[in-house]
Amino acid sequence: MSEVARYTRRMVLGTGLAMAATVALGGIAFAADTVKLGVSIPAATHGFTGGIVWWANQAKAELEKAHPNLKITVKTASGAPEQANQLQDLVTVTKIDSLVIFPFESAALTQPVMQAKKKNVYVTVVDRGLTDTSAQDAYIAGDNTAFGRIPAEYIAKKYNGKANIVALRGIPTTLDNERWEAFTGVLKQYPDIKILDGKYANWNRDDAFKVTQDFLTRFKDIDVVWAADDDMAFGVLKAIEQAKRTDIKEVFGGAGSKTMVKTILDGSNPLIRADVSYSPKFIYDAIKMTAEARLKGDKLPATYIIPSALITKENAKEFYFPDSPY
Amino acid sequence: MPSAPTPATEVRNDRAEPRKNGRRFDPHRFGPVVGLLLLLIVGTALNPDFATWDNLMNVLTRTAFIGIISIGMCFVIISGGIDLSVGSMAALIAGGMILLMNALAGSVGSPVAVVMLGMLFALLLGGGFGLAHGYLITRGRIEPFIVTLGTLGIFRAVLTWLADGGAITLDNDLSDAYGPVYYGSLLGIPVPVWVFLAVSVAGAVLLNRTAFGRYVQAIGSNEQVARFAAVDVDRVKLLTYGLLGVCVGVATVLYVPRLGSASPTTGLLWELEAIAAVIVGGTSFKGGEGRIAGTVIGAVLLSVISNILNLTSIISVYLNAAVQGCVIIAVAFLQRRRP
Repeated sequence: MSEVARYTRRMVLGTGLAMAATVALGGIAFAADTVKLGVSIPAATHGFTGGIVWWANQAKAELEKAHPNLKITVKTASGAPEQANQLQDLVTVTKIDSLVIFPFESAALTQPVMQAKKKNVYVTVVDRGLTDTSAQDAYIAGDNTAFGRIPAEYIAKKYNGKANIVALRGIPTTLDNERWEAFTGVLKQYPDIKILDGKYANWNRDDAFKVTQDFLTRFKDIDVVWAADDDMAFGVLKAIEQAKRTDIKEVFGGAGSKTMVKTILDGSNPLIRADVSYSPKFIYDAIKMTAEARLKGDKLPATYIIPSALITKENAKEFYFPDSPY
Repeated sequence: MPSAPTPATEVRNDRAEPRKNGRRFDPHRFGPVVGLLLLLIVGTALNPDFATWDNLMNVLTRTAFIGIISIGMCFVIISGGIDLSVGSMAALIAGGMILLMNALAGSVGSPVAVVMLGMLFALLLGGGFGLAHGYLITRGRIEPFIVTLGTLGIFRAVLTWLADGGAITLDNDLSDAYGPVYYGSLLGIPVPVWVFLAVSVAGAVLLNRTAFGRYVQAIGSNEQVARFAAVDVDRVKLLTYGLLGVCVGVATVLYVPRLGSASPTTGLLWELEAIAAVIVGGTSFKGGEGRIAGTVIGAVLLSVISNILNLTSIISVYLNAAVQGCVIIAVAFLQRRRP
């Protein structure tokens, strides 16, 4: 009896869903019959790009399931020339009509993207802007200024405008400069906050370990280490642990990797209290926004900055994605 | 001590003679030592903290990985070969051993036993990779540059795949059990420094006091002549790559407890540092002759440069690599050979 009831209910539900889907599809089909979206991203060479690849594939799986008339092709490249070649293949062989690209280098990929756009491909550029913005229809990026500004404001407030800071930097790039200038810009307003030094550790755990060891040898009184990246923060913590230094009160990473967010959530390390979000999830958002806009035949806003937020114990849950590799 | 002072003549068929001349003083032989001493003086002058025991031990400990790999690399380069894959190999061994240890943690009771198994695995894996290089080079007749360039990509890609692009992290209990291998010390000297010392002494004895060492040098100076002299060239070459693989294994065993993790950036560019240490230390890139002591000094010198740069801020950080480049060239000049 109940079996039958359940069966019927499922049938009704199923039919309802199917009808709803037909209606929805009909509506979409009116705007664009099918959308062939190409996604071109850097290959997974470190934690962050690993996250980019994972989120891109996540977006593909979810969106293709939700929209049967959407076909997403994800290509990863390990350098700018390879990415340019893949772009050509996407346009001529896969015949994409929309593109989401995370360019390796701004300058090197501007021309190849321009060629794609001339063939009526709708272009969304992610993270690194092209040198000629007329080659892109939309630009979606994380907020690098906030990436530097938020930790600076947090430190200034928490330590009442008085602290000794050492900082790590990534790889010399415009991206790193933007963060560094935002960070130092805020702290200039606080005469009692001293940035003792900032050195490159290449977004690399081992280099961060070495640079921190040397900072600890050189400076006897440090309050805060701005590691500027969660991978680097990992190396910093090990170096502090080894030197058994107790003067350091806080290590501030950056990007919101899952291990750091988990540490904040659990309160398991007294040195890690806060982080700033700069999640590789923005590639997911970019793909989703582009695909949905294209399916409806809409356009995206020319520039969309995905805000960075301060992650603390209170809101850490919203930034915790246990399945992501990063 | 190596039979260095004779200029790198193409054929060295008289083994007795260079040894006799080996005692003659040659200032160029001491180039790396002079370079290192000058750096130590500059470092102390710029920041008094440089000359503290703790800082020197920090530098020696972090040199240990590259240093141990350089000693293996020294043999390969003397025999006329090259290995570009060591950094990627270290990364893959690190990832592999962490995965193995994490998997064993459940079934094997004591964390110490798990760590021992992990270490054994690392050495075997290193030796295995090295021998595989050796086979491809000797039996497959492929240039070592190509073989190891190929595996450079393969090893790192496999690690990246295993790590899903992120990091492979050692379980906490194991991390605590394994930690002392990097962070512990014996008589005030950190464990990695002791291992580095032991590997250096063993390397020097092997190169200068055994038949194997002489064969390696003979092959490097003229492979044809060595073959005519009934040296089993293929076997000796195979063993040099195997030896380097084991050295990479040892270095990885020391590396893993430092951060307890392996990621696609692990061991990045170690191959260049190791090769630079060997050459700066006075080994001929063409093969035939080389020095273990020089290699050790070369490795220490390279990490002292970056240590000094970190301890001071007189030069723009943008120029760090340029300073390193100048010092490397200057030291190489100090120990140059006569034409």
